[in-house]
Amino acid sequence: MLKKLRVVLAIVFWVGITLLLLDFSGVLHHWLGWMAKLQFLPALLALNVGAVFFLVLLTLVFGRVYCSVICPLGVLQDGISWLGTRKSKAPYKYKKELKWLRYGVWALFVIALIAGVQVFVALLAPYSAYGRMVQNLLQPLYLWGNNFFAYLAEKAGSYAFYPREVWIRSLPTFIIAAVMLVIIVVLSFKGGRTYCNTICPVGTTLSFLSRFAAFRPVIDTEKCKKCKSCEIHCKAQCISIGKEEQKIDYSRCVDCFNCLDTCKFGGLKYRFVWGKSKKSAQKEDDKGRRAFFAGTAIAVGSAALKGIEARAQEADKKVDGGFADVLPKQAPKREIPITPPGSLGARNFYRRCTACQLCVAECPNHVLRPSSRLEHLMQPEMSFEKGYCRPECTRCGELCPAGAILPISKEVKTNFHLGTAGVDVNLCLEATGKSKCGKCAQACPTGAIMMVDDGEHRRPVVAEEVCIGCGKCEYLCPVRPISAITVNGKEVHV
Amino acid sequence: MKRRDFIKISGAAALAAACAPKGSQGAKVSDEGPGEMVYRTNPNNGDKVSLLGFGCMRWPMVRNAEGRSVIDQEAVNEMVDYAIEHGINYFDTSPAYLQGQSEMAAGIALSRHPREKYYIATKLSNFNNQTPEASIKMYHDSFEQLKTDYFDYYLLHAIGSGGVAAFRQRYVQNGMMEFLVKEREAGRIRNLGFSFHGSPSEFDSLIAMHDSGEYHFDFVQIEMNYVDWNHADGRRNANASYLYEELDKRGIPIVIMEPLLGGRLANVPEGIARQMKQREPDKSVASWAFRFCGSHERVLCTLSGMTNMDPLVENVQTFSHFRPMTEEELEFMEEMAVQMTEYPMINCTDCKYCMPCPWGIDIPGTFQHYNRCITEGTYAQSQEQKNYRKLKRAYLVSYDRAIATVRQADHCISCGECLSHCPQSIPIPAQLNRIAKYIESLKQDTL
Repeated sequence: MLKKLRVVLAIVFWVGITLLLLDFSGVLHHWLGWMAKLQFLPALLALNVGAVFFLVLLTLVFGRVYCSVICPLGVLQDGISWLGTRKSKAPYKYKKELKWLRYGVWALFVIALIAGVQVFVALLAPYSAYGRMVQNLLQPLYLWGNNFFAYLAEKAGSYAFYPREVWIRSLPTFIIAAVMLVIIVVLSFKGGRTYCNTICPVGTTLSFLSRFAAFRPVIDTEKCKKCKSCEIHCKAQCISIGKEEQKIDYSRCVDCFNCLDTCKFGGLKYRFVWGKSKKSAQKEDDKGRRAFFAGTAIAVGSAALKGIEARAQEADKKVDGGFADVLPKQAPKREIPITPPGSLGARNFYRRCTACQLCVAECPNHVLRPSSRLEHLMQPEMSFEKGYCRPECTRCGELCPAGAILPISKEVKTNFHLGTAGVDVNLCLEATGKSKCGKCAQACPTGAIMMVDDGEHRRPVVAEEVCIGCGKCEYLCPVRPISAITVNGKEVHV
Repeated sequence: MKRRDFIKISGAAALAAACAPKGSQGAKVSDEGPGEMVYRTNPNNGDKVSLLGFGCMRWPMVRNAEGRSVIDQEAVNEMVDYAIEHGINYFDTSPAYLQGQSEMAAGIALSRHPREKYYIATKLSNFNNQTPEASIKMYHDSFEQLKTDYFDYYLLHAIGSGGVAAFRQRYVQNGMMEFLVKEREAGRIRNLGFSFHGSPSEFDSLIAMHDSGEYHFDFVQIEMNYVDWNHADGRRNANASYLYEELDKRGIPIVIMEPLLGGRLANVPEGIARQMKQREPDKSVASWAFRFCGSHERVLCTLSGMTNMDPLVENVQTFSHFRPMTEEELEFMEEMAVQMTEYPMINCTDCKYCMPCPWGIDIPGTFQHYNRCITEGTYAQSQEQKNYRKLKRAYLVSYDRAIATVRQADHCISCGECLSHCPQSIPIPAQLNRIAKYIESLKQDTL
């Protein structure tokens, strides 16, 4: 009964979070956004007191049900291990806790968190790892499916579906997500919850509480026939049925309740056990964290400063129709990455973001993508090759579970100064006299760009204090592949 | 009839028969039987020209193996066979049409038929390079492409804008007029004329050259339809009624282009279509536009740029059972024209002369989409409308479907390259800008 309840709740959460990570229409987060906000590490980083308090209480009362129900990576592993062991009569056996690894990783994790080495934090955080897998590996399939329906809808003259471009936003992140998936599959296929109980820092953190949980599965040594049925079905491999001693390692038990049903002698009960131990919960309070490491910036992309040849070559004979080639845009090299509106700037953003890719999956304008810079690997940054940060959109802030991007209104959004546009006069069509243009000045939503005459040619100039860094000028600049006007980020948004 | 011709024609007939069911759409064909194509006689030389001519500017394009856009030659052959079989004998092309491929496709399709069965019209489309060498090369290339040694009708392509001065630069100073007149004397050009887009005064100044005897024009091609008759849009284009009367006065045969305004008069707003259907439930909206053109006696030929078998079959029907309009019907058309002008459509006929835009914008596609939304009423005008959300989504989704993101209106940099190419003198950058602003207001809900 308890197991069934757990399975149902786990599926609800898992499907909900997966859909949340797949959705690009901006509809689902109104209904499912809370599921992401309940994830432990993001909630902790967001200083979401309510959620953290709830999870601590949940674990203190019922044990690590978080790992079995709320954590999507945990549920994924349950699914994989179910596939891997369903034919096996004795799939698991008790294993000793790998203390050095488990607490070693946890200690490193805590140090990384305090020191602001967010790459390491993001790499191990279970919900973020899951988010990356879904965004990088599953969302493309989802989008292709959507695009197929969009194709059918177009044939049928319906507007119910519209197509969405599928593209790899960052190769390193894509590879990390794929490797992580392979690791998870390998570990869980036969090994059940090995990842959760040896590597996962959230699992270890919760284990400090679950040792003292009020409700736990308890072995009734009187009734136990030492048949080991529970041990061989424990995917956390934490039940040890010895001749002398029968015990459960509650630090590793994820309260999946598989053992309860397997005992034919009523030797296992999930019951209230308080009264003998006191809690000494270790808390992960917010500690003063130092600024992130300033690592060496790596060159982004191949910024081949090729002259624009977008114009169709002047043929002798003017013929009608056809299209001039439009080269795809390339991201320029930015000194300072641009962080999303609502992030308040680099400091807040980078120390909170766990790189779950929820905002990346959602961004309707293809602006957000995981960074390929070493110091911010996988954490999102903005770029404007396929769109710009549109004034009416505030979705990333509404979604972010970690408080890295705060929810803001449209009115507030356009007051944030995310970055500043700068002109490369060697590329600019007007400044080089190649063509009449002025697109950036005409398009700028805040009127920050004006065309000035330097005697020979007109050229755009940017009023830095008025520019908000939305990227519209960069996106619409006709110069390709690198725009003549590009936005550089700002450490602090004001 | 020679044996080979018989095989060709019977083959074409079989093909046509095979295609007829898909093209006929309803019972129009069987109702009235095959009928008889109407011919007009050219008073200058007695040419019997079919009142419906085939415009070779809108043939279907397909992507070839290299991803290039090329004419679907098979479809063209099929249509040309059907057209000739049903009495169409005037084919109008240009070296510029369809990215420069139209003449060759026409040559391939037409050369499968005896040369005396059809008239070829092509043009000197020297828009860019107006040196004598380039212009004469263009002239000679047309023979090769069209696989012929004479042109029945040869036009100076799209003159008017810039008046006589522009005309002299393009055709007189480089010696082309002298050259072409000699070619006419040599019989390689049977009729020399021009196609016109411009203001009344520009027309006057050009026709004055004809009146003075400086140059004799055998025919003139004008844009004519029931809207342009008295309500020519564009800031400077002459009304068709004026041009028609001036040419009629001089006895110059008239060839008509844009009888449907690039298809817009085949797909009119519902309110107008309903009035037409009320009068003639079985007749298409387009048939009214064709009958309007054909009802004017000085018209030698009405060109229709037919893209596939559907309009071809339908138009052949219209002109095979041709009924000139009564006075009352002509008044009705004027009323419809007045109603048409009340819709804020952009006067684009999808001729694609503006293309390729050097910056990749799909100009005619954007305008066609905009006009279609107005025609179909899927055009949000205010947030207060009760179905605003639905209209907004319909506009935005259909826009993205019609035009690739990088070719949309917001990317126009107003360089103005297109302006001189537009025969309708549409202020293209300003209109693109207006559409881009409209889309912004939809996206931001500030309409």
